[in-house]
Amino acid sequence: MDKIRIDSLSKTYASKVGRVRALENINLTIGHNEFVTLVGPSGCGKSTLLKVIGALIKPSRGRIIFDEAPLLKPTADVGIVFQEPVLLLWRTVLDNVLLPAEILRLDKAKAKKRAMALLKLVGLEGFETRHPDELSGGMQQRVALCRALIHDPSVLLMDEPFAALDPMTREELGFELLRIWDVEKKTVVFVTHSIPEAILLADRVVAMSPRPGAIARILDIDLARPRTLDMQFTDKFKSYSDEIRAVIHRRAGGSAP
Amino acid sequence: MTIELPAGIADDEEVEELTSSPSPARTYLTATLTLMALIGAWEICARWANLPAWLLPSPSAIADAVADWRWELLQHFLVTFSETLLGFGLAIVVSIPLAVAIVYSPILQMTIYPILLALQSMPKVAIAPLFALWIGFGMMPKILVVFLVSFFPIIVATERGLTSVPPPLMELIRSLSASPLQTFIKIRFPTAMPQIFTGFKIAITLSVIGAVIGEFVGAQSGLGYLILLASSQSRTPLAFGALLCLTVMSILLYYAVELIERLVVPWAKKT
Ligand SMILES: Nc1ncnc2c1ncn2[C@@H]1O[C@H](COP(=O)(O)OP(=O)(O)O)[C@@H](O)[C@H]1O
Ligand SMILES: [Mg+2]
Repeated sequence: MDKIRIDSLSKTYASKVGRVRALENINLTIGHNEFVTLVGPSGCGKSTLLKVIGALIKPSRGRIIFDEAPLLKPTADVGIVFQEPVLLLWRTVLDNVLLPAEILRLDKAKAKKRAMALLKLVGLEGFETRHPDELSGGMQQRVALCRALIHDPSVLLMDEPFAALDPMTREELGFELLRIWDVEKKTVVFVTHSIPEAILLADRVVAMSPRPGAIARILDIDLARPRTLDMQFTDKFKSYSDEIRAVIHRRAGGSAP
Repeated sequence: MTIELPAGIADDEEVEELTSSPSPARTYLTATLTLMALIGAWEICARWANLPAWLLPSPSAIADAVADWRWELLQHFLVTFSETLLGFGLAIVVSIPLAVAIVYSPILQMTIYPILLALQSMPKVAIAPLFALWIGFGMMPKILVVFLVSFFPIIVATERGLTSVPPPLMELIRSLSASPLQTFIKIRFPTAMPQIFTGFKIAITLSVIGAVIGEFVGAQSGLGYLILLASSQSRTPLAFGALLCLTVMSILLYYAVELIERLVVPWAKKT
């Protein structure tokens, strides 16, 4: 069964300098518990697509089918992680994780138990009473991930969540995400502009090209799980990466078909 | 001063200091000593030049005046202090809810707020004579001048603070379908707090000035009144004494606000 169906979706922004065509006729089906990465150069509409999937902005044309029903307003069945952790500085780590549970008025005791378990899962056991400014960037992003998972949504939307981190932390968190995804089965839509990251994490890579944002190619990633860093050096990985690189720059580079 | 060295570091080893700027304690000490030296120099110069006290009194003459007039000074201090606090409090009570209303109401944003921003550049203290004309010479016109000067920094800071929530955070909150009240209480207001306090700190300093100007225009009490009276009678040491009291009041109020800030918004960025 499909989790999310994106149906001939287009998005045009009206801005001061005129209309910006951000997305053009996107069709994509995302399966239950599938890990999909959206990869493409900056400005190709990845964030826009993610926001439309989260019903944070309305499409100009087309629609999103979520659990077999048209998605008209934001649903709590979605957890979101952005590039910036945007934690609340006045709250402890634990209370930051609990924010969605408070807003959704979930059972307090249960939510707290789940928050502690999630923090343990990301290796932040013992940091519950710390404040965000006492944590490193990677730790803050782990807290943001726990916050996105606290209400146990079935879909996780991530917009370049590791892009602001140093390369080592970035790799580390990527594998951690996969480990969590193994424990807490979720449908993940993960935006990145790093091709290796996109391949290493995904079941399927959706390669996008800009002006206007469109799907250039969809690749099934046939690499065994659990994924390892070594896989980057295999021929298969390299051919995926070459293929993606070729299509996402084709229209942008001007050598149009 | 001895510094305990961690094991493994020999006494004669040169240890790189972490901070390049001097410690706050040392800065306080040097500043205090400098101040004392300046006062001493003033005293010596005043005595040596034998200036008349009405022109420039020596620090000791000012100290004498303060000692002689301590009860009167205290009384006037309390008047000015009350005017300042009442005006400042009134400004808080009016401007914060108004800022909230402006942030939440597109109509107010298009009507009232631009007018307020334009009025902000008006020299508010210049209205003081009109207040005296309209309401007389009691405490009320002074309170209103204080209100007026502290109102603008607070409302502007609150408006800025309330609208400074990072867009991704707003999106996160929206994805959870949070109610406007939840958004305000859990996100917007706490986010605005540090900036609101920045507004308070600007406002409290202006408040004291506002009260004094209000008193200059017409009053029977207050430190501003006392300065005016003393200088008109060439009792310069007393005028300086009153000025000293005003300075102390300004500093006290500023640090009181800062102390409250530290207690209420410990997460505010230290500047
Ligand atoms: N709110 C907006 N108003 C106008 N144009 C926008 C807005 N958001 C994004 N855009 C434009 O839409 C295009 C796609 O943006 P975005 O989805 O952020 O791309 P990406 O995340 O891939 O970098 C860009 O050209 C961008 O300038
Ligand atoms: Mg983006």
